[in-house]
Amino acid sequence: MSAMLLSKEKWPQFVGKFAGKNLWAPKLEGEAMRFSPVEEGETPLLEFSNTRIPPKSAAFPQTETMFRFQLGNQEIKLPELGEEMILMGIRPCDARAMSIVEKLFRWDYDDPYYLERRNLITLIGLACNEPGLNCFCSSVGGAPDSTEGLDLLMVDLGDSFLMEAVTPKGEAVLKEAEDLLEKAGSEALKSREAITAEAGSKIRRTVDHKGIPEGLPALWDDPLWARVSASCIGCGTCTYLCPTCHCFDIQDEVEGFEARRCRMWDSCMFEEYSLHTSGHNPRPTRRERTRNRINHKYNYYVDKFDVIACVGCGRCINLCPVNIDIVEILRQVKEAL
Amino acid sequence: MTAENPYIPNFATIEDSWYETGGDRCIKTFKVVFTDPAVRDGWSHKPGQCAMIGVLGEGESMISISCSPTEGKFLRFSVMKMGKVTQALHKLETGDQISVRGPYGNSFPIDEWQGKKILTIGGGIGQAPLRPIVEYVKANRDKYAGLTMIYGARSSGDLCFKGEFDEMSKCDDLSCHLTIDIEEEGWSHNVGFVPQMLLDLNPSPENTIAVTCGPPIMIRFVLENLKKLGFSDDQIYTTLENRMKCGIGKCGRCNAGGMYVCKDGPVFNYSVLKNIPEAFA
Repeated sequence: MSAMLLSKEKWPQFVGKFAGKNLWAPKLEGEAMRFSPVEEGETPLLEFSNTRIPPKSAAFPQTETMFRFQLGNQEIKLPELGEEMILMGIRPCDARAMSIVEKLFRWDYDDPYYLERRNLITLIGLACNEPGLNCFCSSVGGAPDSTEGLDLLMVDLGDSFLMEAVTPKGEAVLKEAEDLLEKAGSEALKSREAITAEAGSKIRRTVDHKGIPEGLPALWDDPLWARVSASCIGCGTCTYLCPTCHCFDIQDEVEGFEARRCRMWDSCMFEEYSLHTSGHNPRPTRRERTRNRINHKYNYYVDKFDVIACVGCGRCINLCPVNIDIVEILRQVKEAL
Repeated sequence: MTAENPYIPNFATIEDSWYETGGDRCIKTFKVVFTDPAVRDGWSHKPGQCAMIGVLGEGESMISISCSPTEGKFLRFSVMKMGKVTQALHKLETGDQISVRGPYGNSFPIDEWQGKKILTIGGGIGQAPLRPIVEYVKANRDKYAGLTMIYGARSSGDLCFKGEFDEMSKCDDLSCHLTIDIEEEGWSHNVGFVPQMLLDLNPSPENTIAVTCGPPIMIRFVLENLKKLGFSDDQIYTTLENRMKCGIGKCGRCNAGGMYVCKDGPVFNYSVLKNIPEAFA
């Protein structure tokens, strides 16, 4: 599929084709950008660094009903999973995270909740022209214009958006709006090259992960884990805001006779997460929990699925209340190898 | 939603239940049969596997299946009364239903062990996952060169499956060695810890597979003593447990190092286990 151009003058019309049809885009809510539904007549402005919360909840809601039942009755009612959805303006790192997480949800047992929701979503990505302060996607296999996980990639060329379909779903979006689009000429393509190259050169933070996945086991008892977790307050922000963190809890909720089994995000940084009923905890302090978090992303996941479970979005750095910095942790890991 | 939803439980009716032990953390065994005949006929498990069992409205717990498939078209679970779910299970009686998902996890490679002597070393509730091996070997005695069972608990009242041991002492190729931590009036078996009893029995490692399960501290010393007796790493197996929610490698928490106990385990050969840093954390 050839690349198409959308003049920014036609942006409201383009959005208008999808607004009100379960289109979600970043909107300013309070002090932060957050994915929210776009109603008819609304035109989201795609001028933002990234949303504070990744849009992972589109396929993996923070709390979701697995099934409903009545107490004393074994009849199980499955939930409706909703309708088709378009996420517009997702950053390449967050889309890549969805394809990384999908590997886990397909591992031997297909997870029907995640996979069916994921299937209903069309991802329209927006390449990053201005990487954030703590972005490091290009160190961990991503790029400001990565298309992994995306159906369509938009690149902001100043006066227009370049639109590149990645999948048939993305092509369908372009088809729907074909009256607004024109074929991109060689100048636009040249401009795209220059813009994305410049964006890449603006990424200031880097992780040299060479040797880390295979080197981490030998650092199991290294003093670095006590050092890097010393200030951790165990709030779980790093994991809740991580687009690749996928751990969940399952709980039964009962109100009168009506009940549901639901699952909700959980965090390996919480004490209860691995606590045995006996009171024994295999990861008793934040030292072990931090070590597990880093190992899970940079060692165990690589071992199982051949990809680092970190996309370099920088959220855990930006929003950690005590300034724990995964890039710095990885630098110390590297140093200790 | 697809028909293949691994989170949807089946239901099984309690045909019989009894207490193995007493006290606050008593152990109750449930013998259950799937309510749906199609599920009953389609079910198959191997010794060492587990299932997520529970009570709707309370939740689920991963419990090892403590019977061998050779015993019949039923399942047995021996459940210690500990938290919310196991307390709810303990309230159930014959005729009540429990939810069951599974079977989950790998299993003891029991067919590969044919022709060998089997040595099981259990402590407390840790005998539950070993019991299927004992029953499987008893049902296939011509295929194995013998079975030695070492089983211990704090007191005689803390030993599970007590009624099942007498018949073993009547067979030449089966032997059962019981031990308790502290001397008791009327106790005719050994007194002492399980790892020490293993050393005292001094079993030959020749053509033998050793399988152990029990409290982490017991497993640690048993492993040490098996090495002292000359067992090689690949002759030793154990089975682990950790907190679990999904049972199918998604929810994240049961990993010991990079191994998900629910999926990569619960059975581990010592040659793998010794490289898992968190295995007995």
